[in-house]
Amino acid sequence: MNLRMPAAPNAVLSSLADPTRRAIFERLMRDGELTVRALTDRAGVSQPAVSKHLRVLKLARLVRDRRDGRETHYRARPEGLAPLIDWMSLYGAFWHDRFDRLETLLKRMDQ
Amino acid sequence: MNELASATATHSIVIERMMPHPPEKIWRALTQGPLIEEWLMKNDFKPVVGHKFNLRSYPMPGWNGVTDCEVLIVEPNKRLSYSWNASGDEAVNGLKTVVTWTLKPAKGGTLLRMEQSGFRAQDERFYQGAGFGWQKMVAGLERVIAGLD
Repeated sequence: MNLRMPAAPNAVLSSLADPTRRAIFERLMRDGELTVRALTDRAGVSQPAVSKHLRVLKLARLVRDRRDGRETHYRARPEGLAPLIDWMSLYGAFWHDRFDRLETLLKRMDQ
Repeated sequence: MNELASATATHSIVIERMMPHPPEKIWRALTQGPLIEEWLMKNDFKPVVGHKFNLRSYPMPGWNGVTDCEVLIVEPNKRLSYSWNASGDEAVNGLKTVVTWTLKPAKGGTLLRMEQSGFRAQDERFYQGAGFGWQKMVAGLERVIAGLD
């Protein structure tokens, strides 16, 4: 098999590591396109803070924006998660965890 | 040490780890039902080629918690392989992968290798719409991040 190491999707991971940012992204995934104001109403943080979070999400290519007059509308880019999928975070983390557990079990089997 | 492999049509996860234990002992942990349950999941595994079994975990959003498996290769103390597929309603479009364990005797123990192959690039459900798999990913995210540093 031809092995190569895909780049770890650090931008995606670090953007989603922040709970507020993750909540914003999840809301956009769920509700479709929303304005900064609509997002702020429920985010529990100030509008500048929400805008800052959105900029980080945009840099990570997890959201796209569209200007309409004075309002900017944001929508999620689910395909932005693809690097994460490539990286197989779910199963990768799963198997690392299981390897740890197997190691623990093997140690116990000694006794 | 681990490597994440990528082929053209499908993706594999490869994890290798040196285990300071003889292959025979690791083999037992990989093939005895009660031991498998301790580190992997509840199961009705038997080390017999053609044996169909389930791995059972807790259901969570986007996953019924059941994995359909069939034993493909049994080479005692050397190689073990089984299919690892989505189950029930999720089987049609779900995951269809193969897990292969390889045990190589090495200085001071065994090099244990696990390859899960067959992840399709077009497994789009992982990142589409209401986010099948999205919740799962978030659940795994904390651990992934913990492993970054």
